[in-house]
Amino acid sequence: MSIEKVAVIGSGVMGAGIAAQIANSQTKVVLLDIVADGAAERDQLANRAIAAMKESQPAQLMDAKFAGFITPGNLEDDLEQLADCDWIIEVVLEDLEIKKALYQKIEKFRKTGAMISSNTSTLPLSILTEGMSERFCSDFLITHFFNPPRYMRLVEVITGPKANPQAVSMVTDFIDRSLGKSVVRCHDTPGFIANRIGTYWLQLAINEAVQHQIDVESADYVLGRPVGIPKTGVFGLIDLVGLDLMPHILANLGTYLDKDDPFHALAEPPALLQTMINGGYTGRKGKGGFYRLNKERKKEVISLADGTYSLAKRQIPAAAKAGIKNIRALFDHDSKEGRYAWKVISETLTYTASLVPEIADDIESVDRAMRLGYNWKYGPFELIDHIGVDWFVDRLQSENRPIPVQLRTLQGRSFYRRDNGELQFHSRNGVYTTIKRPEGVLLLSDIKRQTRPILHNRSASLWDIGDKIACLEFHSKMNSINLFTLAMINKVVKNIPKLGFQGLIIHNEAANFSVGANILMLLVIAKLRLWPLMNFILSLGQQTFQKLKYAPFPVVGAPSGLALGGGCEILLHCHAVEAHAESYIGLVEVGVGIVPGWGGCKELLGRMIADPKTAKGPMPATMQAFETIAMATVAKSARDARKLHFLKFDDGIVMNRERLLAAAKKRALQLAENYKARAPYTFHLAGLSGKAALQMGVNEFIRRGDATKYDAVVALALAEVLSGGETDHTEELTEKDILDLERKVIMRLVKNPQTRDRIAHMLKTGKPLRN
Amino acid sequence: MKTVVITDFVRSPFTCRGSGALSKVRPDDIAAQVVAALVKRSGLDPTLIEDLILGCAFPEAEQGFNLARLVVFLADLPRSMGGVTVNRFCGSSMQAIHMAAGAIRMNAGEAFICAGVESMTRVPMTGFNPMPNPKLYENMPAAYMSMGETAENLARLYNIARADQEAFAVESQLKAVHAREKGLFEDEIVAIQTKNGMVTEDGCLRPEVTIQALSSLKPAFDETGTITAGTSSPITDGASAVLVTTLEFAQKNNLTPLAGIRSYAISGCEPHIMGIGPVESTRKALKRAEISLDDIDIIELNEAFAAQALAVIHETKMDRAKINLDGGAIALGHPLGATGARITGKAAQLLKRHNKRFALATQCIGGGQGIATVLEGL
Repeated sequence: MSIEKVAVIGSGVMGAGIAAQIANSQTKVVLLDIVADGAAERDQLANRAIAAMKESQPAQLMDAKFAGFITPGNLEDDLEQLADCDWIIEVVLEDLEIKKALYQKIEKFRKTGAMISSNTSTLPLSILTEGMSERFCSDFLITHFFNPPRYMRLVEVITGPKANPQAVSMVTDFIDRSLGKSVVRCHDTPGFIANRIGTYWLQLAINEAVQHQIDVESADYVLGRPVGIPKTGVFGLIDLVGLDLMPHILANLGTYLDKDDPFHALAEPPALLQTMINGGYTGRKGKGGFYRLNKERKKEVISLADGTYSLAKRQIPAAAKAGIKNIRALFDHDSKEGRYAWKVISETLTYTASLVPEIADDIESVDRAMRLGYNWKYGPFELIDHIGVDWFVDRLQSENRPIPVQLRTLQGRSFYRRDNGELQFHSRNGVYTTIKRPEGVLLLSDIKRQTRPILHNRSASLWDIGDKIACLEFHSKMNSINLFTLAMINKVVKNIPKLGFQGLIIHNEAANFSVGANILMLLVIAKLRLWPLMNFILSLGQQTFQKLKYAPFPVVGAPSGLALGGGCEILLHCHAVEAHAESYIGLVEVGVGIVPGWGGCKELLGRMIADPKTAKGPMPATMQAFETIAMATVAKSARDARKLHFLKFDDGIVMNRERLLAAAKKRALQLAENYKARAPYTFHLAGLSGKAALQMGVNEFIRRGDATKYDAVVALALAEVLSGGETDHTEELTEKDILDLERKVIMRLVKNPQTRDRIAHMLKTGKPLRN
Repeated sequence: MKTVVITDFVRSPFTCRGSGALSKVRPDDIAAQVVAALVKRSGLDPTLIEDLILGCAFPEAEQGFNLARLVVFLADLPRSMGGVTVNRFCGSSMQAIHMAAGAIRMNAGEAFICAGVESMTRVPMTGFNPMPNPKLYENMPAAYMSMGETAENLARLYNIARADQEAFAVESQLKAVHAREKGLFEDEIVAIQTKNGMVTEDGCLRPEVTIQALSSLKPAFDETGTITAGTSSPITDGASAVLVTTLEFAQKNNLTPLAGIRSYAISGCEPHIMGIGPVESTRKALKRAEISLDDIDIIELNEAFAAQALAVIHETKMDRAKINLDGGAIALGHPLGATGARITGKAAQLLKRHNKRFALATQCIGGGQGIATVLEGL
């Protein structure tokens, strides 16, 4: 059996978010809620949720059209819609009575074999299933999503002793493959894994900040980057989640946790928190929280002592600076911030260590949950390894603090180790167990642990990933493309057949595939007026990417995250792409005052001409490519990238990032049989007439105030390339002609100080300058 | 000399680009249904019709080939009649009427269908392959100037306040809404068959619009300008048609004429203020009719933009009480090729309805032209 149709009951923030992600997997989903009091429209709540979904930022839907997969309804008229659902997810209020009454209703309509799960974050499964039928207990589980469901990769799964394992794996498999989430199996304990630890950590950090008289900004600095936690730290995170949720979570956890759990010692939130909630300061969704933006859009921060706001100082405490270089230096730092960081982190880690096996079978599940659910760089046990187990234990001992069993049994070893390249974790029985990846999951990080690169330089490496397929990994800062990257691609293309490979994948596991060409390099060259070198680099990039395109073996791109500028151009030159659904691809060169110069104009134009849906004639593709590039359009999902032609219609989209490399490898193997390189594009473009047509549009933009004067200069350079320079539409242009035009106009633009201002501004602020 | 008359006027509902009810219907299908309905309700033997003269401003793609001839086939009209597609941008279907009237005076036919169509959804303004002459564009950008910009130029030149434009726009809406409520469009509208059923009503009207709501809109063409989407004619899909014959032919075939065509004129003006075109074409047409503007009882002045119409009113000193009694293009919409036949047909219809002597239909044309027709009650 497989899951073809899902029901989500409850259209609040989480219910709607889960329904949206199911729609993103192009699975039919019924979204039900109660009939709102006094509502004329019976499906008002679900309808409103769907309308909000289409407007949401960041977008819950990967394509607004996917809302069409969602059927709204209400719990009075539409329960029969549950009859053909394979999975019913309950996402209603955290109220035991309401949930159980709903389950009884569902039971009357649920077909045999259909699964039912709760998204509860606090209620134990044992209580939810108490007094329920055998049939219900066999088909029930908890599937706990994180907010926002599209973007958070964790789903905690809890099953009871009576659950049918096959039916459970039907659901977990769907969550994994179709929804793209990582399933972490948890024990049936309050708060499961991530919120049990996360809430403890947050609450402790707030209380201790008051105790240690640490201001909000400093707390977030020391509990952020130095310890591998997102820069929102503690207070920024609570602002994001909503301050008003904290008392609920604390109360719920308090109800179900053992009386002697150390959590209870923390459970009293500081008075300030309640005052803020009462005043509407519930975080980013309210008037502000620990941080807020004042009328001038300047960031202000609250004083924990007296509740007044003042301008954020943005001063990184010395302890945090030391900690970024060396985490122990943070904890050793002789300052209140250093002592604060040690107190919060050490207590969080020892608390966590005491929770295994209570909350999960093994430490690896705990680490994975914290990485995926809270975006920690290191899970708690990985963090202890990172700090150093001996150092950590010694410090606890020197403070006469108890050493948790988990740490004692290690006897100086680390929680994780490598054995013949295999990653192993320390399991309860004292032996190391190899981490096994599910079928269809292939991670470059696993391969890197086991082998050495075939080729390597400071910005890129080539790895053997088996079956005669190689993987080219970028590893420069932000994976920007520099001369080393280009050199490596050249070397790889030349050597792949010699090395016995039959296909190449371009992939990495960093947050972003590539942010594009290294613009610092361009700026320096422009400032030094080394024009021949500039031209050389442009040529080199063009030739390198042409070699990729015409390689005698298949090249498959496998991006996730940002693929901008040069990163996008690499994908455009690949024979095929398997993209993670969360890929954000775009040609954004105009933001730094240039146009795509490594074949991006040529490829996008060629694709648009080749698309049978594009209107005929010399202008439609030119106009379409112009609009996309001149507006620096970045696709909001892989799905969106397809519409924009950054992906081809037969390029794959993979929901689960961990399955990306395996999918790309499969594709490369398929293509390697009887491989033939693509035929080059030819172009019949409108020349100066086309440029004039585009110029008319640009002038309208300027008049309307939607473009600056320099935007127009850059746009007209782009228009020149995309309309084929001075060609005539009766003439045929080759790829080389378009590449020459790309270079020609960039050489002109980089000599303009306003382009250099744009590059400098981007380097400094990360944002485009509108000069 | 033969008297040329307009015996009937019909049109499709006018609906907005993109989301409108006609957006999924091919323009040739809209035109064919309108033309077929005109012939059918005339009760005329269609073999007596000389020609279909069809105006269209962007005759390409679905509006391409010789659209008029194809509409003859689609409307199931006899092979013996002709079909010619005419382009004078917004003046196209008024031009169609002029050509018929001229031909009749030349003894080159007795009955003509003069029609116009534009699907601005399905064939974008400027067409799919805009390729302006680069030298002309460089030396004389006004030749290709956007209509919004030309209207801004007029607003500046004549110092037309934004508030006056908004008042004019609201008035147009109110008149159109009033006419619809009184059922005054029922006779002229031909229901159009679509995949989603029959479309019977205009789609662009904004009965709820207020001056206050209009005053909050952002300028549509120039950040320092005064013209907004609310004071411009909406981008529209639709078709219109009139039957033009000699008076004798009408009488012989039991057709009741709405009005006679007394005179017409074309004029050119500077393209960057194309909206002022009606001033000179009106002057010429009135002179040829040997009457003055005071003699005119009914005026159909196309509302490409409120600012443009107000500039013409200012320059000609037209009596606003006589203008666009059933609302204008700001309310109803302006499907480029279809507008000329609509306003000329409307002027004829109004002459009859109000039993008046003279009517004027006039409009501006992108590129800098004016076109005008003087009608006379019978």
